[in-house]
Amino acid sequence: MDSIQRTWKRPGVRALVWQALAIALVAASVLWLHANITGNLARRDLDIDFGFLRAGASFEFGENLIGHRAGDSFLSAFGAGLANTVLVAIVGIALTTVVATVLALMRLSPNRLARNIAAAWIELVRNTPLLLQLLFWHQLVIRQLPGPRQAWELLPDVFLSNRGLYFPAAIAQPAFGHAALAFVIGAGLAIAASRLLPEGRRRLAWLALMVPPLIVLAVQAEPIEITRPALRGFNFQGGISLSPEFVALVIALTVYQAAFMAETLRSGILGVPKGQQEAAASLGLGRTATLRLVIFPQALRIVIPPVTSQYLSLTKNSSLAVVIGYPDLVRVSSVTISETGRAIECITILLLVYLSLSLTTAFLMNLYNRRVMARGGDTR
Amino acid sequence: VKRFSGGLFDSIANAIVSLALLWLLLRAGLGFWDWAITRASFDATSAEQCARSGGACWAFIGDRWRLILFGPYPYAEQWRPALALILFIALIAASFAPATWRARRRVRTLAVAWSVGVPLMGLLMWGGMPGLPPVPSRLWGGLPLTVMLASVGVALAFILAVLLALGRVSEMPVLRWLSTLYIEFFRGVPLIALLFLAAVMFPYLVPPEWTMDTLLRAQLAFALFFAAYMAEAIRGGLQAIPRGQYLAAESLGMGYWQSRTRIILPQALRTVIPSLVNIFIAAFKDTSLVVVISMLDLLGAANASTAQAQWWGLYIEPYLFIAVIYLAFCSAMSAYSRGLERRLGVGLR
Repeated sequence: MDSIQRTWKRPGVRALVWQALAIALVAASVLWLHANITGNLARRDLDIDFGFLRAGASFEFGENLIGHRAGDSFLSAFGAGLANTVLVAIVGIALTTVVATVLALMRLSPNRLARNIAAAWIELVRNTPLLLQLLFWHQLVIRQLPGPRQAWELLPDVFLSNRGLYFPAAIAQPAFGHAALAFVIGAGLAIAASRLLPEGRRRLAWLALMVPPLIVLAVQAEPIEITRPALRGFNFQGGISLSPEFVALVIALTVYQAAFMAETLRSGILGVPKGQQEAAASLGLGRTATLRLVIFPQALRIVIPPVTSQYLSLTKNSSLAVVIGYPDLVRVSSVTISETGRAIECITILLLVYLSLSLTTAFLMNLYNRRVMARGGDTR
Repeated sequence: VKRFSGGLFDSIANAIVSLALLWLLLRAGLGFWDWAITRASFDATSAEQCARSGGACWAFIGDRWRLILFGPYPYAEQWRPALALILFIALIAASFAPATWRARRRVRTLAVAWSVGVPLMGLLMWGGMPGLPPVPSRLWGGLPLTVMLASVGVALAFILAVLLALGRVSEMPVLRWLSTLYIEFFRGVPLIALLFLAAVMFPYLVPPEWTMDTLLRAQLAFALFFAAYMAEAIRGGLQAIPRGQYLAAESLGMGYWQSRTRIILPQALRTVIPSLVNIFIAAFKDTSLVVVISMLDLLGAANASTAQAQWWGLYIEPYLFIAVIYLAFCSAMSAYSRGLERRLGVGLR
């Protein structure tokens, strides 16, 4: 008895026991869930089988980048959904960054009115739900924008109406795909070149990025044909179109996330020690030069981690698209569930895809973060 | 660089910016006034009548505000959720007022108030007593549902989050991995996917005799989801505690739980209250996602309020109405969080 007590008192032993208990608990719950799932499936005469992905899906969407059509497999439907999610995320991230920078600069502006307007706007946006804003923008786009006949021509041949955004585009040809491939190769060359070139000539490396795709286009491309949207009957034909749902989703995500990101950027800029500013001023740098050469590079280092998580949350928030019927990944899953009844498979796919998107982004940004840290060192 | 010099007209460039902004503000303000007051209809009986004057249709809010605030809860019984909500807000306000925590006696009174208040609120919502007809939870809706989903979800999440945060900084690798796994999983997936999981996949995960209503499942999904975010906030607090505190507790002969509950957690939680409040604000807004599993929270009820033919097509008025409610709740909380941050900052220095 005494020896048992003494053994229990030894931290190593206790740690071992607790950890074994934790493992046992997790294993037990996994087994319990597994037993429940198999039992429930057997009772309903169902099974888990991802083979349904190869069967034909009867639905198609208004917009898709990879050309999914009704009758193509569910796998291709999921691919189309993923492509739509990624498209919204990329466009949203780009616009959010721009809008957030403008808002942050307004918040730091010497003009009190500009500061207060930006502060009030940020407060308003951050304190109402994203879903509410999304529904509002969606209704606004489909109800308040003019019909195709009275569409707003934002730029020559770019039309915005309650049917969506229409703009001209080059008709796809095989050379474009090859050029994209060449661009990737060029990027590899550019990175290699920037390592090899001496400090002052690094900018030449950008040439390596441009050259391969240009060569491919010059050699392979047929004369480029452009399709322009034109009013025919009740709607536009030709060109590339983005649905009102896409437009509403991008507006909502941009407005919402930019308000959060503006505060991050602002605190990043304010987080640069005051001494840096004073040092720059005593070296005779002007306001713009101080911002560009001294403040921004250091602020960048502060804001990278929080901005990464905001980009990720934008990507995850794009899943709200399902509510207004934009065919993103979640919408494809829910339509597939109602068509096939394969809830477990679809939700598993959904979770795995988002998880890998999140983890990959986090991993890449960590790499970048480490590089920026390594290059600059800790200046404070 | 003088960032906060403040003037509106102290240089030519500044004056131009000021004038442009003033002009924009004036135009927006006048436009809003024209829509919301001058051309608004206050006593129309349908959306069509409202459309004739071209302004806001406040008559709709006058007709439908109870549906938006209380959802499908039986009309004659709506005083019950209203009373429960007021009781709850009063309790929360009393609990978070710094004045309460200064005297031990007040804290004890508060504990008694909560232990009476919670069953009372339950009784009001569910009913089932003479004079209080029973109301099943699927008829709950509107603002009380929103407040409940957020508060109960966050309260449950808090308990789990403390354990996860302790696990994440634990010296035992297995506990650390498991906590990290949990946190990364829930932070990596969107809330909507979890709500779908709760709604569609849940029946497969539990024995067939367990039947949980949608409300409880959504509540559980919220708690599991926000626990991951809260755990990360609490971990920040744990890591900010100077190592000397851990060593001091150990040298007094305190064991793990004793030192955690008496020395470490009280200090760590104190410093992270502002970020926990921010997570609560996020939770409050995110409860609106339950509309995807067709529950009628504040947003769901606002959507449903225009379903009748008579008011069909209105959207700005109901959305503006609930936006003001969300704004009031969230601004109050964020003002509290900022005030606390300032006080805590002063206290620590």
